[in-house]
Amino acid sequence: MDRGNAVLQVRNLRTEFATRRGIVPAVDGVSFEVFEGKVTGLVGESGCGKSVTALSILGLVTSPPGRVARGEILFEGRDLARMTPREMGAFRGRDLSMIFQEPMTSLNPVKTVGNQVGEPLRVHLGLSAREARRRAEEMLDLVGIPEPQLRYGAFPHQLSGGLRQRVMIAMALICSPKLLVADEPTTALDVTIQAQVLDLMMGLKNRLGTAIVLITHDLGVVAETCDDVYVMYAGHIVEQGDVYRLFERPGHPYTQGLLRCVPDASKPGRRGPLASIEGAVPLLTALPPGCRFAPRCPWAQELCHRQIPDLVAVGEGHLVRCWRAEEGGKP
Amino acid sequence: MRPGRDPKLIADELPPLVPAEAGDDMAGETLWGDVVRAFWKNRAALAGVGVVTVIALMALGAPWFLRGDPYAIDLDLRHLPPSWDHWFGTDHYGRDLFTRVVHGARISLVIGLIPAFLSTVIGAVLGVVSGFYGGKTDFWIMRLADVVLAFPSLLLAMAIMYTLGASLFNIFIALSAVGWASTSRIVRSQTLSLREKDFVEAARALGVSRGKIVFRHILPNCLPSIVVVFTMSIPAAIMQEAGLSFLGVGAQPPTPSWGLLVSQGKEFIFSAPWEAILPGVAILLLVLAFNFMGDGLRDAIDPYMKD
Repeated sequence: MDRGNAVLQVRNLRTEFATRRGIVPAVDGVSFEVFEGKVTGLVGESGCGKSVTALSILGLVTSPPGRVARGEILFEGRDLARMTPREMGAFRGRDLSMIFQEPMTSLNPVKTVGNQVGEPLRVHLGLSAREARRRAEEMLDLVGIPEPQLRYGAFPHQLSGGLRQRVMIAMALICSPKLLVADEPTTALDVTIQAQVLDLMMGLKNRLGTAIVLITHDLGVVAETCDDVYVMYAGHIVEQGDVYRLFERPGHPYTQGLLRCVPDASKPGRRGPLASIEGAVPLLTALPPGCRFAPRCPWAQELCHRQIPDLVAVGEGHLVRCWRAEEGGKP
Repeated sequence: MRPGRDPKLIADELPPLVPAEAGDDMAGETLWGDVVRAFWKNRAALAGVGVVTVIALMALGAPWFLRGDPYAIDLDLRHLPPSWDHWFGTDHYGRDLFTRVVHGARISLVIGLIPAFLSTVIGAVLGVVSGFYGGKTDFWIMRLADVVLAFPSLLLAMAIMYTLGASLFNIFIALSAVGWASTSRIVRSQTLSLREKDFVEAARALGVSRGKIVFRHILPNCLPSIVVVFTMSIPAAIMQEAGLSFLGVGAQPPTPSWGLLVSQGKEFIFSAPWEAILPGVAILLLVLAFNFMGDGLRDAIDPYMKD
């Protein structure tokens, strides 16, 4: 994939958690790349390792019990996985930033939103309080918050969820980071607000040239915003490719299943129950020996239950982790 | 399902930044605004504020509105009962008891405020550090708190006073040394729940250092309970000072400390009961007033501490 400069290269990342039932690999051998000015989607069900991947990139995995056990996280050539917490702290909020799922609880309730938006400026760039205030007000304006001078002094509980998520975006982007990790940024918002917030993020991405890792379970969001997509399942990447290819010719039975689960409003005549994928994500403490999706896969063969398949190329930049990938996954 | 829009198109256009949804107003006030409003509706708390204000004004104005000298001895006027000339009567040296009680209020208020403030600050800092960093730091701070709490606090304060010698400054030290432990436990337990909050992780994700997270993000969130604890520890400190002085290890004669006044008055409890009772009533009033204030403050803040 020649897509310009890679801002972030994750190679063979493994993040484990020590639990009473043993070591649990929440992320197991994940590799992906994020390119300048592009949006890379990480897609999957709850518990598939998306969020842990995000936290690993930012060095925010709570340790103990968690730790990045193996792999490299190359950010502009430097390995974030090997950095000390202090070095990492200098990167976070300045060169790479994160937006969380819950705008209602991700802001400090006793500090004004303006103060919080300006905080990265004071922490990283050592700006004076006055200068930080001026820039914070500009940023609040940029994220579409009406009357930024007035809102600067507002407390989080005085703002709605949509406004708070805008504040979070302002905080994350105020130092113009090169990479933004957005962990389900719209999941907690009303559908009408979701589109506004996504539009805002995409607009700011284009203005600031920020690369985005977008973590979501919402394929509609992926289709609207992403350039490259990585589908995760039980800690593995099961399919990767550019968004068109993936949506038109999904190679992995899991991706196909996910796509089938999206109700299609363009076929009004169709009635009946919504499609679903039978079963649930396997417990990470009791992973099947073969392909992790095999227990739920309608096309699983004997080989699938025995051995883990590798990612194989089925097209340009399109990789699928399936024994039957060459058959197109459709027998 | 297909990609809804061509990503290239998105990249080419700069979508107009949609202004956020209307209808947000700034109706909600700040936490402290709400607290003050709830507090003013509490009559007991208001009475407490009134009594404390009156006593504080009298104590502050004592040198100006009382012409009498609290140390002026007049052996002709010993053990006089309360009268228009001597509102609280006189003591065994003929000193005007009202003058002494009013001057004693200055000591009690200073003793109430300074050690309570010191112990609250020490307790809050140790508590937030203990709760946030956990591990060994937490273990040792909390074991130290256990040791302090395991002693009867008056006994520990007495031991410290014996060792350091009786003086006002040493009372500050003794009372702060016994007072911080309970504050630190309260603040620690709040920190334990606060440090798991999303906004702490969000601050970390923005590169805010741990020290700044502790003191700029977590500590301000503990402030409501710290204020309550502070208000509650003022009467406790006043009582302890009175106790220490009563037992002879606090303020020394002829200082007009209330505890000392009661202690000296008790010698004449049957012949001149006012000498012990009236300073005792003063202690009761001031402590009660502070307690009402503290209760009112706690009730006013409580609803906001639940989320």
